[in-house]
Amino acid sequence: MNRQLLWAGMMVLAAWASATPGLVQAAERAEDLYKTYCWQCHGMQGDGNGINVRDMPVQPRDHTDPREMAARSDEELFTAIKKGGQAINKSVLMPPWDGVLSDEEIHALVRYLRRLCQCRHGG
Amino acid sequence: MKSLFSLACIALFLAAPPSPALAGGDGMALLKSECSACHNLTGPAPTTLAELWARKGPDLFYAGNKYRPEWLEQWLQNPRRIRPAGMFYGNHIKPGPEHDLIDKSTLKPHPRLGPADARAVTAALMTLKAKSELIRPGEYKPGRISIAMGDLMFDKFRGCLACHEIEPGYGGLSGPEVYTVARRLQADYLISYMRNPQAWDPRIFMPNKHLKERDLQKFVHYFRALSEEDAP
Ligand code: HEC
Ligand code: HEC
Ligand code: HEC
Repeated sequence: MNRQLLWAGMMVLAAWASATPGLVQAAERAEDLYKTYCWQCHGMQGDGNGINVRDMPVQPRDHTDPREMAARSDEELFTAIKKGGQAINKSVLMPPWDGVLSDEEIHALVRYLRRLCQCRHGG
Repeated sequence: MKSLFSLACIALFLAAPPSPALAGGDGMALLKSECSACHNLTGPAPTTLAELWARKGPDLFYAGNKYRPEWLEQWLQNPRRIRPAGMFYGNHIKPGPEHDLIDKSTLKPHPRLGPADARAVTAALMTLKAKSELIRPGEYKPGRISIAMGDLMFDKFRGCLACHEIEPGYGGLSGPEVYTVARRLQADYLISYMRNPQAWDPRIFMPNKHLKERDLQKFVHYFRALSEEDAP
């Protein structure tokens, strides 16, 4: 009886875990996240030249450009990644990632972007 | 001399008894022996990036909720590429002069089945119905939209074109082509997948674009129109 209860509890937990991506999954390393989700547009070098750019009317941001990237605060970068380009009045082509990335992972990506540009907000 | 050699080869091939796996009939046995090395038939989908990168083919454990059987049976006999950059695109790209390029040498043709095996495997696949709780049967209500309006939604309003081709050679390359998707997949699955891709595949690199219910329906109208236009 107890075992059955335990089993049922585990099934519920498993169902919950699979229904709430990002919340229960262990956080992944920022460079692995960048490779999985961002390379497709921002490119293997992070310079905005991914495999998808051929027919894109707006060039993805060059994340290695210290001048462009220094113009943004960490909060703005966080919002752009979580809610998409439109949340900071930029192109809809920059997607929102809140459906798959946890806040912790997005913070890690912001720190990773600062390593790519070797820059901070304002210089 | 050369043709003698090939004749001999053909004779040998014809003489060899068909391997039990290729004899047709038991689709589930075929799936296990010929397909499970690349396709997950039991679940769950990858939950870590390492698993996502290592996945060799699309998960098939919810095939019965995803594919249209007519398409499956045909495609298995005559497979052609659906994802221009393969499963995990990151494994199939290289830097190019202007932008990253697909490294075609890393993409292999799909195994091909004969008609009897294709029929048996299709029947077996349609019994795999995990994740039925994500499907609302009959949710898609057939309707129409002009291709021009659909293009506008898919490209300008929602930015989907960044990752998907809407005709051969036009659009993004990291996701599957969508000009055949209405022929390949069930309409109710399309709605469910676009509503929440991660509910099906927790770590997939298609973003949840938080589409309105009305737009989910319109996108399926659009895919159906594209498929009609592309029809062979
Ligand atoms: C579908 C293509 C696409 C994908 C995938 C994508 N981006 Fe972008 N991103 C863009 C485009 C296009 C822009 C430029 C938007 C503009 O300038 O209006 C952009 C801009 C940005 C910006 C800059 C906003 C600004 O103006 O300061 C950040 C930060 C960013 N992306 C981060 C990411 C991260 C991190 C990922 C992966 C989690 C990612 N992007 C994935 C297309 C994409
Ligand atoms: C060597 C690995 C490999 C083997 C073996 C293999 N497949 Fe595949 N399969 C793939 C890959 C890779 C794709 C994706 C092709 C694409 O998108 O262009 C795929 C795609 C498919 C699709 C389309 C799925 C979708 O969602 O787009 C079906 C159906 C399928 N395979 C069935 C089978 C069956 C049935 C067998 C066994 C007879 C089999 N495959 C054997 C690698 C494999
Ligand atoms: C950042 C890239 C990206 C963007 C942007 C994107 N998708 Fe996707 N899409 C994908 C990937 C990756 C898959 C799943 C690939 C797989 O299952 O192997 C996918 C799958 C799909 C599928 C299922 C197709 C199939 O063959 O399994 C549909 C339908 C779809 N997307 C529609 C859309 C729509 C509509 C939009 C815009 C609202 C959109 N996508 C935006 C990457 C993207």
